Amino acid sequence: MNSRVRNQVRDKLFEYLGIFSTAIGIFLLMIFIGSILVDGLGRIDWDFMTSLPSRKAEKAGILTAWTGSLWLFFLTAVIAIPIGVAAGIYLEEYGRKGRLATLLEINITNLAGVPSVIYGILGLEIFVRTMHLGGSLLAGACTLSLLILPIIIVATRESIKAVPSSIKEASYGMGATRWQTMQHQVLPAAGGGIATGIILALSRAIGETAPVIVIGALAYVPFVARSPMDEFTVLPIQIFNWTSRPDHAFIINAAAGIIILLAVTFLLNGIAAYLRYKWQKNTQW
Amino acid sequence: MRVREWIIERALWLCALITVLTTIGILWVLLSQSLVFFREVSIIEFLTAREWTPLFVNKQYGILPLLAGTAVTTFVAIAVALPLGITIAIYLSEYASRRVRNAFKPMLEVLAAVPTVVYGFFALTVVTPFLKDIFPEIATFNALSAGIVMGVMIIPMVSSLSEDALHAVPKSLREASYGMGATRFQTSFKVLVPAASSGIIVSVILALSRAIGETMIVTIAAGQQPNLTFNPLETVETITAYIVQVSLGDVPYGSIEYRTIFAAGLMLFVFTFILNNISYFIRKKYQEKYE
Repeated sequence: MNSRVRNQVRDKLFEYLGIFSTAIGIFLLMIFIGSILVDGLGRIDWDFMTSLPSRKAEKAGILTAWTGSLWLFFLTAVIAIPIGVAAGIYLEEYGRKGRLATLLEINITNLAGVPSVIYGILGLEIFVRTMHLGGSLLAGACTLSLLILPIIIVATRESIKAVPSSIKEASYGMGATRWQTMQHQVLPAAGGGIATGIILALSRAIGETAPVIVIGALAYVPFVARSPMDEFTVLPIQIFNWTSRPDHAFIINAAAGIIILLAVTFLLNGIAAYLRYKWQKNTQW
Repeated sequence: MRVREWIIERALWLCALITVLTTIGILWVLLSQSLVFFREVSIIEFLTAREWTPLFVNKQYGILPLLAGTAVTTFVAIAVALPLGITIAIYLSEYASRRVRNAFKPMLEVLAAVPTVVYGFFALTVVTPFLKDIFPEIATFNALSAGIVMGVMIIPMVSSLSEDALHAVPKSLREASYGMGATRFQTSFKVLVPAASSGIIVSVILALSRAIGETMIVTIAAGQQPNLTFNPLETVETITAYIVQVSLGDVPYGSIEYRTIFAAGLMLFVFTFILNNISYFIRKKYQEKYE
């Protein structure tokens, strides 16, 4: 075999290795999802969605868990969206470029890399203890908001950066102020990208387990939360709690809970992908 | 009008300030509570003692077993994610047609969107029983299963960042190589990977940082038993899993057991902080190179 043939064989072999590697990730994902569907799909019914937690696996449901997740989703959205978008606007458009701006950028990159369990520790000391919010929904939402702020800020900055400066200059040329330009030109043009980032960030927030455990959300909450000051549990914590029990019936419950959680996560990611697609298509500058 | 503009700018500034306050808050909380902890336990003991039993009657505060647990699970995860991630990146960037790439990439991204508690469940209920068939002596909670699943989770991180780095290599380099009669394999490994090496290194460092900080997979599948071992078949406890364990128990507020999570958290923060900054500076440097 001469070296040319050998090189071509090597080239082909690596192509197969590439296909194999890519396929194996996707294959594992399918096995995971398949095994969960087999375990849990039969367990999902109306009772499962509307029952309180119970020591008996067959009677236990996820009512408090999914209502808690829903509460947390909306509270986190209310807190994180305005702050994140505003901070992104400031950093991209208002902040002076210079050493301070570089420091702020490094800071945000770092915050994005801080493990989520550390945000839990931060929330425990600041919101739960110092501000006396206790293990409440509000404390959880504040903690998760800090966790997802870097994602929203980065998405906002990049969407604004993508708006061509000619649009801004035209607006200034018409005598518009900085904020008028922002409000009427830049934000509508960047909206699709910002919305995509927000939805991905919120999808991350409702899947988080560790920080909510650390701030003291409970696995067993026998009532549906009625106000932001109530104690709560969330779907990931309920799943974790069921997974860590030896009784197989609870493993089935966990699988059923996972199906609901994954359905919501994939739905949110699907919406985000659709928005990004539409936004990119509509904005051919 | 001017007043309104001024007020809006101040309000936006306040929101941006929150990011700085978050960092200060993290440092303050970790350092102030750790300081109180280190008044009772010497740093030397903390860093060199070989037992970690703060929740037992006979209390020992050596963090080495937790570090070992974190190291083993992280090592397994990287051993899975690094070869697969980089092979996928090269395949998608240099071999696959546009259609194949557009079909595969979103599927891989799904791996990154799955909540970690779900991965923990997979590790414990699917991967561990499978490993038990291969290694009958493996513990029910073990570092290997958690590490493998964690590796699968971070594959998309390594592959997409490495692919970006490969894409950033100027086209002329690729064309010059093909012009010399090189195959795609030769071009990839002799020209593109070296040229994109800093970007690939960044992807690996970020994956490392992510694996060190990952919590739920290791809490569920690797166990909650501090163990100074590097054998992936044994039960271990990582720093992150310990923090969760204490949070789930009823440790009295303000006690020394309670403060251990801040000392452990500080260790964790230092590691990820160093890795994140190394990757930031490498990235800044190589971005300048091609611009």
